[in-house]
Amino acid sequence: MSVGAGSGPLLEVRDLTVHHGQLEALHGVSLSLPAGAVHAMIGANGAGKSTLLRTIAGLHKPTSGSILLDGTDVTGLRPERRVTAGIVLVPEGRRLFPTLTVQENLLVGSDSARPGPWTIDGVYDLFGWMADRRSQRAAQLSGGEQQAVAIGRALVANPRVLLLDELSLGLAPVVVRRIYDLLPRLLGSGVTVLLVEQDVSQALHVASRIHCLLEGRTTLEGAPAELTAEQIEGAYFGLRNGGNGAPGGGSGSGSGSTPGAAAVGPTDGAGSTGAGA
Amino acid sequence: MSSIEPRQSAAGPQQPAGQPDQPAGQPAQPNPPVRVTRSRRSALWAGIAAIAAVIILAYLPYIVYSATTNLLVNFFMLLIMASMWNLLAGYAGLVSVGQQAFVGLGAYFVLLLAIHGANPFVAIPAATALCGIVGLPVWWLVSRLRSGYFAITMWVIASVCELIISQFSSLGGGTGMALPGLNLSPALLTADTYWATLTVTVIVLAAVYLLLRSRLGLVLTAIRDDETGARSIGARVGRTQRTVFLVAAAGCGAAGALYVISQLAVDPGSAFSVLWTAKMIFITIIGGIGTIEGPFIGTIVFFVLQQTLSQYGTWYFIILGLVAMAVAIWAPRGLWGLISDRLGIRIFPVGYWLWPATERERPARGLALLRRG
Amino acid sequence: MIWVNAIIQGILVGGLYALFACGLSLMFGVMKVINLAHGDLAVVAGYFALGIIAVTHTHAISSFVHVPVGVSYALVVPVFAVVGYVVQRTLLQAALNRGVLTTLLVTFGLSVVIENGLQQFFSANSHSLSIGSLVSDSFGIGSQITIAYLDVSILAVAVAVLLGLQYFLSSSKYGRLIRAVADDREAAQLAGVDYRHVFGIAAAIAFGTVALAGLAFGMYTQFNPTIGTDQLLLFAFEAVVIGGLGSLWGTLAGGILLGVAQQIGAQYNAADQVLAGQLLFLLVLVIRPQGLTSRRETA
Repeated sequence: MSVGAGSGPLLEVRDLTVHHGQLEALHGVSLSLPAGAVHAMIGANGAGKSTLLRTIAGLHKPTSGSILLDGTDVTGLRPERRVTAGIVLVPEGRRLFPTLTVQENLLVGSDSARPGPWTIDGVYDLFGWMADRRSQRAAQLSGGEQQAVAIGRALVANPRVLLLDELSLGLAPVVVRRIYDLLPRLLGSGVTVLLVEQDVSQALHVASRIHCLLEGRTTLEGAPAELTAEQIEGAYFGLRNGGNGAPGGGSGSGSGSTPGAAAVGPTDGAGSTGAGA
Repeated sequence: MSSIEPRQSAAGPQQPAGQPDQPAGQPAQPNPPVRVTRSRRSALWAGIAAIAAVIILAYLPYIVYSATTNLLVNFFMLLIMASMWNLLAGYAGLVSVGQQAFVGLGAYFVLLLAIHGANPFVAIPAATALCGIVGLPVWWLVSRLRSGYFAITMWVIASVCELIISQFSSLGGGTGMALPGLNLSPALLTADTYWATLTVTVIVLAAVYLLLRSRLGLVLTAIRDDETGARSIGARVGRTQRTVFLVAAAGCGAAGALYVISQLAVDPGSAFSVLWTAKMIFITIIGGIGTIEGPFIGTIVFFVLQQTLSQYGTWYFIILGLVAMAVAIWAPRGLWGLISDRLGIRIFPVGYWLWPATERERPARGLALLRRG
Repeated sequence: MIWVNAIIQGILVGGLYALFACGLSLMFGVMKVINLAHGDLAVVAGYFALGIIAVTHTHAISSFVHVPVGVSYALVVPVFAVVGYVVQRTLLQAALNRGVLTTLLVTFGLSVVIENGLQQFFSANSHSLSIGSLVSDSFGIGSQITIAYLDVSILAVAVAVLLGLQYFLSSSKYGRLIRAVADDREAAQLAGVDYRHVFGIAAAIAFGTVALAGLAFGMYTQFNPTIGTDQLLLFAFEAVVIGGLGSLWGTLAGGILLGVAQQIGAQYNAADQVLAGQLLFLLVLVIRPQGLTSRRETA
């Protein structure tokens, strides 16, 4: 667990437990995100990855545990306040405002912006095609274009921590690649990224650290270079042979608690409509 | 609110309830063994009490003044209507702000039949059935509508019914007319009205109880708890809702039939007044929506308020409305919900009780003889 | 020519109906709430205006300053807008947090409480708002068509308000936020929008426009405590459904169609006026539930 130069991690999640009604979606999950890093959450459907991001963003209230941004406890903040504090989520499924134009979508994002390098024009620079389409309704864009606008909407708020939920969902691999190729530019502007990714190889390619979730618990954690394929498989599917323990140390690794063959886990919040924290 | 939950009352170890006439259920898990019953002992006592109450109520006209029986007639009418609205909104998820349509139609069906020579009392079941039938095309109109639209469209339909009926001078037009065909002495009339009301009430409540105990009731409880979930497990939500809608239409029609008999006259404004629905809604919310016992409690509260505050004009109604709003927001399960949670009792056994068969169970004395494992 | 007159009258009153409808439509579009007390709010505005006029005409005040009736009227709208914001942030938000059913019930309760309250304080009698000479003056077109100046003024005001609202929604920051929240409340939160505040703004607009509509109605005809639910709420809702949700011009079209249908019905039989409008509503509901202009499935 690398710690920033004397200043502690930028985003810290401590022992987070989240319930959806009576269903336990996350159990004792912890992670530590240093400034300037890219961490990736992987795991099967229903493992709790999206729930984790949504809880960090403020859409779910945790049953216990805390979330700290640069040392400050933000667990009690409403989602919109977290945006101004610097945590911005690009939700699963893009979730643009369909009747608003591209420009208007970005404007909404910039209304609550923190001071910082990103502006709407900067976003238009990042995605060359977007400026010409700025007056088009968001619903008329393709999936990849929508994903770009969604990222842009988050960027103009000048986040410190950018949460990306399943960027690749429903997009052609070429498009996904192109989007991930932009990550270095984001990092260069001072944004720290925590992303959820179904595509494990993509996650390994892009992230400096991987967390694997299974049924709401962390089963594996480490840098891509340190992890073997068997370890990842084991942690992903929860097989008894692979995945017990986590090299490189990590809090909350589910050794001994990995169940048998992947049972149906709690939903990870995909599609659930939060009523606001 | 789940009906399937183990209950250990605060008073100590529980008496197991195996009712003699109800299946004791099958043990489900190997460890610990679990028994499923339909009710607890409190339900048995409540059943006995209910039968006793009905017998006593039936004798009332011989004992008390007509003012009291008239009061009870109003009470029962409201109880019927509230139970219907509860069924609609609390179980089938259909919030209707237009049930007064069926109340009015029930009243006018009786009037229509009486004009053509029928005895109004005999006309009650006919009017009830007719309202159920009218419910079919109405359901066809509104079944696809979502909650808010559904609510107001029912209101519009009630208004349409009122306007159409006002046009028929043979039915009294806009000013209404008296109910013919009741040539009885006042005392006998009051008593007959009372008995008719009591009969209809018992039938309606029994029907509600049996409905909720049946498989249909299980679907309703599923819908009540989570409509999307119910659909996803294949429950026939649409058909169930239609059935409930028709039952509620008939039930409100019955109440309307009783209304015209108790008033001996009817006019469109009163018969189709949205105040009927207002009363139904307030009573159900305050009493406890989605429970059978709720409408009882709500009607009692309503009556107490009405009687104590009646000299201040419509203040009781205003207070009722404010209380209902407060209850809807802060105590959404109503008074019965609060009571039931505290004491862990259900009077009408429509759910299932889960019993861990531990040594702590003491067989109930006397009843143990009746119980067969 | 009688039919032409009926149609023209229908168009004129249609503007008023559209004014009633736009607040209802806004609240439903943004908060997914049908405010069953909507019509009653208009009636309260009428009574409130009467109250202000009564107060400003008391000797204590009128000896200082002559407050023209128009100013008294003009006060009502901003006051209602503020009340709308407060009611939304407190009562309605609390109900919304519970769910759609609760909100429906709470607005219904509010409606009943308002109507009975008005009856307690003001009796069931009818009142109307005076506007001086404007009420009776009219002009004629040809020999059979008479158009009252008041009616035309109301239509003009209604169209102006709708235009202004349209501009607000499409071009201003809060208009944009309102549309965003209406599209996807959660995504708006994730973009940093406090949706409760946006709800409040929408409610303020709804309350303000319905107050204006109530004042116009009071000048146009008489109002009493129960007309809010007897007529106004249902008319507003019918206009919304006929015209379709999601477009203010649809609402205007809906209002006009409703008005025309009513006037045509009135030609057959005075008692058929309201009924005709309701039958049109039911027809649209069966044939094209999303309304005439809407592209989205709303019902």
